[in-house]
Amino acid sequence: MSEAVDYEATQADRSKMTVSDEEVIQIRSMNKWYGDFHVLREINLTVNRGERIVICGPSGSGKSTLIRCINRLEEHQAGDIIVDGIELNSDLKNIDKIRAEVGMVFQHFNLFPHLTILENCTLAPIWVRKTPKKEAEDVAMHFLEKVKIPEQANKYPGQLSGGQQQRVAIARALCMRPRIMLFDEPTSALDPEMIKEVLDTMISLAEEGMTMLCVTHEMGFARQVANRVIFMDAGQIVEQNEPEEFFMNPKSDRTKLFLSQILGH
Amino acid sequence: MSDTTSKVAFVASGPIAASPPPANSTGPVGWLKENLFSGPVNSAVTVILLAMILYLIPGIIQWAFIDSVWVASSLSECRELGSGACWAVIVERFPQFIYGFYPEDERWRPNITFILMLVAFAFALFDKMPYMSEAMYQKIRPYGLVFAACFPVIAYWLIWGGSIFGPILFLATPVLAYFVAQGIDKLEHAALPPALASLPLGFIGAVIFALVWITFLIGPITSLLSFIPIGLEEVESRQLGGFLLATLIGVAGITLSLPIGILLALGRRSGLIFIQTICIVFIEFIRGVPLITLLFVANSVLAYLFPPGSNLDIILRVVIMVTAFASAYMAEVIRGGLAALPSGQYEAADAMGLNYWQATRLIIMPQALKISIPNIVSTFIGLFKDTTLVVVIGLLDPIGLITNIQATPEWNGIIWEFYIFTGLFFFIACFAMSRYSLYLERKLATDRR
Repeated sequence: MSEAVDYEATQADRSKMTVSDEEVIQIRSMNKWYGDFHVLREINLTVNRGERIVICGPSGSGKSTLIRCINRLEEHQAGDIIVDGIELNSDLKNIDKIRAEVGMVFQHFNLFPHLTILENCTLAPIWVRKTPKKEAEDVAMHFLEKVKIPEQANKYPGQLSGGQQQRVAIARALCMRPRIMLFDEPTSALDPEMIKEVLDTMISLAEEGMTMLCVTHEMGFARQVANRVIFMDAGQIVEQNEPEEFFMNPKSDRTKLFLSQILGH
Repeated sequence: MSDTTSKVAFVASGPIAASPPPANSTGPVGWLKENLFSGPVNSAVTVILLAMILYLIPGIIQWAFIDSVWVASSLSECRELGSGACWAVIVERFPQFIYGFYPEDERWRPNITFILMLVAFAFALFDKMPYMSEAMYQKIRPYGLVFAACFPVIAYWLIWGGSIFGPILFLATPVLAYFVAQGIDKLEHAALPPALASLPLGFIGAVIFALVWITFLIGPITSLLSFIPIGLEEVESRQLGGFLLATLIGVAGITLSLPIGILLALGRRSGLIFIQTICIVFIEFIRGVPLITLLFVANSVLAYLFPPGSNLDIILRVVIMVTAFASAYMAEVIRGGLAALPSGQYEAADAMGLNYWQATRLIIMPQALKISIPNIVSTFIGLFKDTTLVVVIGLLDPIGLITNIQATPEWNGIIWEFYIFTGLFFFIACFAMSRYSLYLERKLATDRR
């Protein structure tokens, strides 16, 4: 997992990334099982507004499952998750409320292939937020310009490259004006040439103060943007620290081994 | 080191300009070569089949057209006039093939119904019209769709006749239900226990009103109004026959089986154990029983299940059974489409905060239905042809009429001409459906554009 792309060129401006005292996500001794398999163990995590958290770890360590629990794509069986002051339980109204506030970007983009780029972006604002169509389209064009593909608005997802599709997916999530963004390995399915354009988009989002939780193996991104790196293994949080400390001075043996493997060549 | 590099190193001197393909790989010559004579086996097959076609075609043309008889009053007269096909029977009995025993003076009614049906279909199936600007069509289409939604009631009235007030009162149901819902919503701030107040009372009230209105009120009100003699002469179901009957059952079955099939498929995947079980039992039971059995049930047993005196029309009973049969197949076809969607589509819809019905309607169904189009249309075609089975319970669809006409002394002995004619009718209808499905597939192929 070497860094195929040199995106050091785009220097992230950390001065704009400010963290407030407001806690937007509280996870308290959360546990989850798939059948008998204990996939998440005693997870405790508090996220403040404006934090950029990178979650890394070997495959099967539960990192994707963790962020998917935050918007209830996966259901946890024990412990509490409170997002933006709303507790996640089986109340469908709460779940929909949280999902409207939490944007998500997937590894495989998951754009809707039967809708145009613009329709992909306006769908949720129109149906969930009840925004008038014209206004939703203006907002969508604003965010498409921000991810630098306004000219593709009337094409279908199948006509775009992977990197463009992922940027549309980010714009689509932003159109709901979310307060938190979740990224589930957003660059893992992309060609090296396209990784940079997606990471640049994410960096500019961080510079605007967006609260972000990002599962990724892009360690360069973690160094530049994250204020906290979390390392997970076997369903538990093994280590978390500020990126500088995390990379230069890992405490646990498991973290050292992992870092040596992904940064080793 | 340096000499290996010199052997391996290569730099393109510049872009290579595009050139046309070799002449014999494109155009008609290229097509013939690729499709008919691509190798020795292919060439041999082409030659043999061509010879067979050339051998058969003249005989068929001779029989069907050159030696055929178009005007005669009996088979023996036919045979005297020519040795070919005796189309005279079709010409003479044509009205019967179309209408069955529908009263002659009233045949304008099915004619108008048929034209209205084409109009309703045009609005429902196509998003462009020839000779009409797109803006214009978009403007009138909503009205067209309302008309298409009302068409079944209008068609029912035109075909079976009766007082005009029945269908008008029926069509008024949604309007009245809307006012009922409005009324209840206005009353809502009256003191209600909070547990009740959170329910969608207006909607529930409207549904209850609609059910009561349709089952108990429309009938009596219609009879009250019967002193105003506006209506059409009533026609008995047993008088309907021929292609009219086949089209009626086929179209009703097709338009009803799709929505019911969708609901069954969703129910089967819903994860709500009770609904799921009902759907599975229904689908597996209906699919496991031959349609003929179901039709016999419609003919005899169904009458026992309903309270005595409620004389459920035989055609209605057949439509119920044919629809149930087709819905069960439809449900499985659509379930296949649902299963073929990547789970990411469900997750993306969920993650945006769309609720179940929004996600189903906006994201899941459009894609699942698109995947299933070929199979859905196959089921439609199967259903349409299966309407000929109603002959076993004595309804006179085209096949039933054939037996009837063959039994008359004048036309006793004719076989081929009937079946060719009936086959042609079914072929045209089914081929049209097949072409429409291709058109839809092409129109919706957004992911491969």
